[in-house]
Parts: sequence; C-alpha cells; structure tokens
Amino acid sequence: MRFGVLRFPGSCDEVDALLACRRFGEAELLWHGERTVNGVDAVIIPGGFSYGDYLRCGAIARFSPVMDAVAEFALEGGPVLGICNGFQVLCEAGLLPGALLPNAGRRFLCRQVTTRVENATSVFTRACAEGQTLSIPVKHTSGRYYAPEAALDELEASGRVVLRYGAGQNPNGSARDIAGVVSREGNVMGLMPHPEHAVDPLTGSTDGGKLFESLAAHAGGLVPA
Amino acid sequence: MLIRPKEGILDPQGQAVERALPALGFQGVTDVRVGRMVELEVQDAAGIDEMCERLLANPLIEDYEVLLLEPASDAAS
Repeated sequence: MRFGVLRFPGSCDEVDALLACRRFGEAELLWHGERTVNGVDAVIIPGGFSYGDYLRCGAIARFSPVMDAVAEFALEGGPVLGICNGFQVLCEAGLLPGALLPNAGRRFLCRQVTTRVENATSVFTRACAEGQTLSIPVKHTSGRYYAPEAALDELEASGRVVLRYGAGQNPNGSARDIAGVVSREGNVMGLMPHPEHAVDPLTGSTDGGKLFESLAAHAGGLVPA
Repeated sequence: MLIRPKEGILDPQGQAVERALPALGFQGVTDVRVGRMVELEVQDAAGIDEMCERLLANPLIEDYEVLLLEPASDAAS
C-alpha cells in the first residue's frame, strides 16, 4: 500500500498526514507542480492554506498541475481523501458536491468533536462499524458544509453522508450536521475533521487511524501490527 | 466584478456588520450582505463571464455582477 500526500504552497498538515499513512503503509509527498500522482494507491489532500486560501479556500489549488493527475486518478476509481482544506479543494474542483462556507459563528475553531460513522461500507470507513463514534479534532474557519436541499436529499438517500457530527457537536453550522461525504462512485471523500491528528494515544485519540486503516485494507495493503 | 453570497445563504459576516451598525446609532439597517470586489484590466472583455464562473466566483454559493468601465482618456496611451 502506497499513499501519496499532496503538498501545496501553504499546506500545513501534510507531514502529520504522511506520518499517519506510514502507520498503515508506505507514504510519500507529491509536489503540487508535478503532473503525476506517481503510481500511488491512494491520494491524500491534506489540510492547510493552499495558495494562501486567497479568493476562496481551495479555489486556486484546484488548478494546480497535480490536480489534473488527481482528477484522472479519481476518474479511474483511485481513492482520494481530502481533509479540511483538501475537502475544500475537492469541492472547488467539482470532484465532490457542495461547498464549505465560513463557520456560522465566524470564528476559527479548534476542538475535539465526536463524529458518527453513518456508512461503514465506504472504502474510507470499512474498518469502522456503522454507528461507531470517532473522536477527531476540527480546526478551521470555513467548514460549514453547504449544498442545495435537493443535493443534500440525494446525498442522504444514496448513503453518501459518511460522517456526521454527533448530536450537539456541529461546530460550524454545517447542513444536516454533515462532517464528511463521498462522491457518487464512492472513491472520493472529503471531511472537515482531521483524522491524521488522531492516530497517536499521545494526542488523546487514535480513532482517526480508522480511515487510513480502511484505505490500506481496501488496497489489500499492510495491516497494522 | 462584484461578488456576493447568494440569496438564502447565511452570511455571518453580514450579520455581524448588521448588529454593529445600531451600536453606532444607525437604525433601520437590514439585510447586510458582505461580498468582495475584483478589479482588473483587460484588453478584451469577452472572457470575463468565464473568469467569474471558473475562478473568481463559485456559482454554487455566490452571485456576481460585472461592471465594465472605460479607461480614463488620459490613461489610454
């Protein structure tokens, strides 16, 4: 199992993502200026402030050379996981529906939240049980998931709302408490919480590892010792 | 280009401004929406809508309006 973690100018969580991936397989960084994903088995688009988040979060990063390769990889069914800024990039790129708006409370948020696995059959959550709760931190200013009502209904009906904030835990005003969604084909996922920051007991929770473990299992890769 | 949040989308920035104005004694202000302005110079205005659709605005969440201004005559040289 080889993970590729994108690095844009302004990324800041790519090293944590890399280290999280290495608990479950091999991992390498992929530079935004390259037009290839280097034959990896899964792509992680990490958190941060790609291209300074100028204009709108993710709006400029989506046009970087590596994103053409990511789109092609996704089209061929390759798994792509966008975390926080990565989620924003995927929405801007049209690889996921919806958009991330400024938090309803306007402030930057940094806190541990409880999320609920709504669908444990996705390639990103198959190491979880349906209904399992995952304690994972969020840290963002623009994390309010928005999509038109009809699109939300369709997401719900097709089981594509994979992760939801627990009751009373919605930190940012996201529509229907949505924390993470997958694409129609199921191989692209975006979420605002940071699973890569919840893989070591030192930081209070290892629940985030479940997503990387799921991906590794999907690729038939290494199972953690 | 004037870019603003679409009707019906919560605009927390606009709300904050709306709440601040009465504190300064300005009464009767409602529906404050805060957007942004992008100013640019072009040889040919033909691509402007596409620029807005693809980059400058996100049509899912924002409306945009294009205002074309002729250059001042003394700047034309």
